[in-house]
Amino acid sequence: MAVLEIRDLHVSVETDQGTKPILRGVDLTINKGETHAIMGPNGSGKSTLAYTIAGHPKYTVDSGSITLDGQDVLAMSVDERARAGLFLAMQYPVEIPGVTVTNFLRTAKTAIDGEAPPIRHWIKDVKSSMKNLRMDSTFAERNVNEGFSGGEKKRHEILQLELLKPTFAVLDETDSGLDVDALKIVSEGVNRAKENTNLGVLLITHYTRILRYIRPDFVHVFVNGRIAEQGGPELADRLENEGYDRFLTDEATV
Amino acid sequence: MTISAPETTTTKLENTGALGYKKHTDGGWGLVPIQTRSERFASTDVTDFPAVTGREAAWKLTPVDRVSDLIDGQLDGTEYNFTVTEAPGVSVEWVNRSDARIGTAGKPEDRAAANAWSQVEKALSITISGEESGTVRIERANLGSAPRAAHTVIEAKPLSRGLIILHNTGKARLTENVEIIVGDAANITVVTVQQWDDDAVHLASHFSKVGRDAKIKHVVVTLGGSVVRINPSTHLVGTGADVDALGLYFADAGQHLEQQVYVDHDAPHTRSRVNYKGALQGTGARTVWIGDVLIRQSATGTDSYEQNRNLVLTDGTRADSIPNLEIETGDIAGAGHASATGRFDDEQLFYLQARGIREDEARRLVVRGFLTDIVQQIGDPELQEKLQDAIEQELTRTRLSTDGS
Repeated sequence: MAVLEIRDLHVSVETDQGTKPILRGVDLTINKGETHAIMGPNGSGKSTLAYTIAGHPKYTVDSGSITLDGQDVLAMSVDERARAGLFLAMQYPVEIPGVTVTNFLRTAKTAIDGEAPPIRHWIKDVKSSMKNLRMDSTFAERNVNEGFSGGEKKRHEILQLELLKPTFAVLDETDSGLDVDALKIVSEGVNRAKENTNLGVLLITHYTRILRYIRPDFVHVFVNGRIAEQGGPELADRLENEGYDRFLTDEATV
Repeated sequence: MTISAPETTTTKLENTGALGYKKHTDGGWGLVPIQTRSERFASTDVTDFPAVTGREAAWKLTPVDRVSDLIDGQLDGTEYNFTVTEAPGVSVEWVNRSDARIGTAGKPEDRAAANAWSQVEKALSITISGEESGTVRIERANLGSAPRAAHTVIEAKPLSRGLIILHNTGKARLTENVEIIVGDAANITVVTVQQWDDDAVHLASHFSKVGRDAKIKHVVVTLGGSVVRINPSTHLVGTGADVDALGLYFADAGQHLEQQVYVDHDAPHTRSRVNYKGALQGTGARTVWIGDVLIRQSATGTDSYEQNRNLVLTDGTRADSIPNLEIETGDIAGAGHASATGRFDDEQLFYLQARGIREDEARRLVVRGFLTDIVQQIGDPELQEKLQDAIEQELTRTRLSTDGS
């Protein structure tokens, strides 16, 4: 049983004003097949957690650990983490001019699997995944994220999730900027990946809306760089009614 | 540190403008540099040019000591060997230097071009008369290592179409002029590819004269050679004349690759797009791009844009990128320029690595992506594939060099 464990994680970032601590002791255990929602107000450190798991060089881990089945994730390079089975669906995927989606997907799949996918099989997989995500077939010949709308970028992220078949996926505000139809399509993709590969999901979101479509097993409320409260799906419902004010007030009185 | 006040000089009446401003003195050297690109001295006679010092506008970024034999020396101006794959509607032949077309597209603006002009004995003539586009490939592979002059005249008759590929490989010490006369409503592409041996030296001036409603796509691809300097200038003389000037270069350690691109808008409703892209890797890799665009008073309604982008792959390289835009009329549709020289975008690298792609492979993917849009515009699948392969070869060298460091 694969497990992603985060222990007492402290992370800081360099800013013009000096070193700024963002994560202040995060503990989290995600088993394969589980879906954990991380919710919290802006600036609470949700995205920092996502990028730290993926290994973005901007963030410095001051202490704590991240392990995947006991292996030290923090010792791995960005690409090694991806090959070990971690995936980050990004909030703002960058454009890569001159690299087509087709070429990019094949290169990534080859890197993850350690060998080129059998060509006929692969083309079929790509086509059917794109169809499921209601992506036009001309999409494959466009350059990665170049001129994509917000919704297209997110669908493209989920397309990769379905094709690369990671063990754990971190979805960083995948719901932001999506209308209801696009949100449903993207959520269906995540649910398919959960069903097909027993994916473990860390779903980072500001809003409860996506949780109507992707049912979380656990909900963690993130405030000021650590988990302030956790519970089951009912916690999300409470947040929907009450918002984050309760936590922010707590924080102010501390 | 003390800052001394600039020396004051008595302001004479003729130096004072309408509002009382003092005329700019250019540092008071008593020497006013040429202000307008079109006023640069030009001559077909090498003796009209003073000895090159390396400080001239045309030479200041070029390693003149590595090309002095081409600037000053004796040159072989006879016919040379080439192979040609001909197409219907295109004829290729040697002509005498007395041919009426020679000198009609432009004149040398530097001593090396004038030296070639003065010593060349025969010119290679490529005449396009067909209205259906054909592809002509001219391969020059045996120019040898003795200093040589060459002259090429490409004439596209009115309404004609064609794609001309000048493909250069092997050894060379060559200075040459290429004249391109694009007749009214003709539409041609001229591609010059430099894949010379590592020790080759090549200086070229291309002069295009583009007629009414005519269009030229001019592409310069330089991958191989020690010093390669290709200066394409395009004179848009007919109403509605149009140029796409494209370039791609990849400089390795010790290579100097230079291009001075000049577009002269001299008629109404002319259009130009200049887009040069380069990659640099290895100690001493050097590229120079100077892009001059002149929009004359006669060129109302002109639409112009030029850009140069450089991608730096390793330490120890230098890319010069100098866009110049001169506009002499207020009535234009658009004019802009852009220049950027940068390392890899770390966010692009992160995105690709986050998908399991190793850093070196990610870099290659991005460089390939960076350069490929120029290759894709050539319009000849066979050449495009060859160039993609050649870029792959260059990129393999990057991986080796980063592994080694």
